[in-house]
Amino acid sequence: MIKLEPRGQHSKLMAWLSPVLAGCLTLVSGAILFALLGQDPAEALHTLLIMPVSDLYGVAELFVKAAPILLCAIGLSVVFKAKVWNIGAEGQLLMGGLIGSACALQLIDAEGVWVLPLVLLSGMVGGALWALLAAWLKTYFNANEILTTIMLNYIALNLLIWAVHGPLKDPDGFNFPESAMFSDSALLPTLIDGTRIHYGMMFALFAVVVVWVLLSRSFLGFQIKVLGLDASAARLAGFREKRLVWIAMLISGALAGLAGVGEVSGPLGQLVPQISPGYGYAAIIVAFLGRLHPVGILLATLLMALIYMGGEMAQINLGLPIALTGLFQGMLLFYLLACDVLINFRIRIPALSRSAVAPIASQKETVR
Amino acid sequence: MKRRQFNKLLTGIAAGIGLGAAMFGGQALAEEPLKVGFVYVGPIGDHGWSYQHDQGRLALEEHFGDKVKTTYVENVPEGADAERVIRNLAQSGHELIFTTSFGFMNPTVKVAKQYPKVKFEHATGYKLSKNLATYIGKTYEGRYVAGYVASQMTKSNKIGYIASFPIPEVIRDINAVQLALNKYNPEAELKIIWVNSWFDPGKEADAANAMMDQGVDVILQHTDSPAAMQAAERRGKYAVGQASDMSGFGPNAHLLSVIDDWGPHYIAETQKVMDGSWESTPMVEGMAEGAIVIPSFNDAIPADVVAKAEELIAGIKDGSVQPFAGPIKNQAGELKVAEGEVLGWDELEKMNWYVEGVNGELPK
Repeated sequence: MIKLEPRGQHSKLMAWLSPVLAGCLTLVSGAILFALLGQDPAEALHTLLIMPVSDLYGVAELFVKAAPILLCAIGLSVVFKAKVWNIGAEGQLLMGGLIGSACALQLIDAEGVWVLPLVLLSGMVGGALWALLAAWLKTYFNANEILTTIMLNYIALNLLIWAVHGPLKDPDGFNFPESAMFSDSALLPTLIDGTRIHYGMMFALFAVVVVWVLLSRSFLGFQIKVLGLDASAARLAGFREKRLVWIAMLISGALAGLAGVGEVSGPLGQLVPQISPGYGYAAIIVAFLGRLHPVGILLATLLMALIYMGGEMAQINLGLPIALTGLFQGMLLFYLLACDVLINFRIRIPALSRSAVAPIASQKETVR
Repeated sequence: MKRRQFNKLLTGIAAGIGLGAAMFGGQALAEEPLKVGFVYVGPIGDHGWSYQHDQGRLALEEHFGDKVKTTYVENVPEGADAERVIRNLAQSGHELIFTTSFGFMNPTVKVAKQYPKVKFEHATGYKLSKNLATYIGKTYEGRYVAGYVASQMTKSNKIGYIASFPIPEVIRDINAVQLALNKYNPEAELKIIWVNSWFDPGKEADAANAMMDQGVDVILQHTDSPAAMQAAERRGKYAVGQASDMSGFGPNAHLLSVIDDWGPHYIAETQKVMDGSWESTPMVEGMAEGAIVIPSFNDAIPADVVAKAEELIAGIKDGSVQPFAGPIKNQAGELKVAEGEVLGWDELEKMNWYVEGVNGELPK
C-alpha cells in the first residue's frame, strides 16, 4: 500500500520539481494518447510543442498570444496575494478595449505621437474604473468581490456588444457589428517587420518586473502580502485595509485594461465583439499555475499560449481534433495539482520502511 | 530522434529523386493533390453553421477523391487568433482557403495581401481583393417558403421569430418571412425576439417559451441551437429548423428546415482553381445553385400546402418567384420597390429597413 504522509514543512525542492514532473507526466501521457490515435508520438509532440515556434513568425505569434494573458495574470497576482478574489479580469479587459476604442475612434482623424499614449491610457483607466467599482462595493457594502466581479464581466460584455452595434459601429460597415479600422497613429507599432509582435508584449514584460519589485521589495507589497496572510494582523499593525484593497484592484484592473486596449490597437486594429476568447479567465489559471510569482506566471503564460498554438498546428498538419488541445491542457493542470501534493506530503510505502523510518516520523510529530 | 530525422531526410531525398524522375518522364505533376483549407468559427459538432461547412468539405473530398487534400481548423475565435490560423494554412501550402464566418473578414484581407498566389474565399463578408472572393447563401429564399408554410399552419395567427444580430442577412430574412405573410395570410402577426447571439440554447429556449406564452404557435429562428425546436416539441407547437436538418430534435414540431448546403459551392470553386479559371467575385447562391435546400416537410402539413411550397421552390429556382418583387413598402408605408421591379442584391446586401407589417423597431 502507498501512503501519503505530511512533511510538516513544505519541501523547497519539490516546489521546483513538481512542475517539471507534471510536464514529464503530461508528455508521456500525451505520447500514449497519440499512439492510441494512430499517430507517431514523436512527430505529434513535435507538431504540438515545437513546430508552432519553429520560425520567427511563430515565436512572435507566441508573444502576441501571450501578451494579454500575461498582463491580466500579473495584475491578478497582486490582488490574489492580498486574498482579494478578483474574477473580473475578463470584464476589465473588455472595458479597457471598449474605452480605448471609443477614444481611438474619436481621434480617428487625429495625427501625432500623443494619440497612442492617450488611447492606451484611456484603456487602462477604463479597466481600472471597472475594477474599482468592485472594490467600492466590497469596501463600503461588504459585497463579495467574487460575485460582483463575475457579474461585472457580463455587464462589460453587454456594454461592449451594445457599443459595437450602436455608437461605435462602422458607419460604412453594412450594419455589421464592428467599428471602423483605427487610424495608424492609434495603432501599436510592430516590433519586427513581417510579424505581428507589438509593444503590448513589452508592456507585459515591464509589468512583470514592476510587480516583482512591488511585491518583493516595497513596503506597499509587504502590506498587501500581510493583508492576504492575516487580515487581522494587518489591521493590528495599522495598515489601512480598505486602501490596500483599492490599490490592489486598481493595479489589477489597469493592467487588464491595458491588455484589452493592446488587443484592439494591436493585432485587431478595430473594435469587434470578440476581443477576448476568455483571456481574463485563462489568466486566473495562469496566475495560480505560476504560483503567483511573476517569473512563474511568465513561464506559465508562454506554456499556455504554446499549447493553444500547438492545437492549431495539430489540426492543420495532422488533422487532429481541437478537443485534443483541451485534453492536453486538462492533463497538464491535473498533473500539476497532483504533483503539488508532493510539496506538503511525501509518499511512503509502509511495507518497505515500516521498521526504520516510521517511528522517527511519529516522534517528530509528538515533539512538535 | 536524430536517427528518425536522418531517416526522414533519406526518405525525403529518395522521394525527391523519385519525383524528379517522374517529372522527367513528363507526367505525375498533376498527381499532387490540391490542398484546400477551411476555418470554422465553432466546433463542428453534429448540427449548425460550422457542421454544414464541414459537410461541404466532406462532399468536396468525396467528389475529387485523391485530387484534393482538405484541412480544417475548428473553433477559431474571431479575434486576434484568426489571422494566425489563416496564415498558417496559407504558409503550409494550401492553395484555396475558405474562411467561414463574418468575423474572419479583416484577418482574411490581411493574409490575402501577404499571399497573393493563394486563393481566399470569405463567407458572408463584403470585402474583395484580387485573390479574395466572397460567398453567401440566399437563405431568404428558403425563409420565404418557410414563411408561407408558417402562414398556413398557424391557428393563432401569431408567428415567432428568434433573431440573432440586426445585420443585413438577418433583416433580409425577417423581411422575406413578412412578405410571405403579407401575401398569403395578412392576418398573421410576426413577433421578433433578439437574442444577440448565434448560439445560446438558454436564451433561445427562453425566447421560444416567452413567445409561446403570448400565443405564438409557429417559431422560426435565425440562430443555431435546437432549443426552440425542442421547446416547441414539448408544448405541442411548430418550429422551422435552421442551417441543419433539425427534425431529430422535434419530430412532431419540425415543419421543415432551411438547410445550407455548401458542397456544390466548394466543389465548383475547387474545380475552378484546378482549371485556372478562378476569379475574385462576390458570389450569391440560392436554391437554383443547390446552396439552399428544403429536403422534407412534416407529414402534418396538408398536401395542398406542401404542393404550393414545392411550387414556390420550383418558381424560385427558375426565377418566376421573387421574394423581393415589388410593390414593397417600408414600415412607414413609403413605396421602396415599385410594381414590376425586383430589389437587387446590391440593395439586399446592405438592407437595414423593415418591410411593411413587421412589428417593432429595428434595433440600432
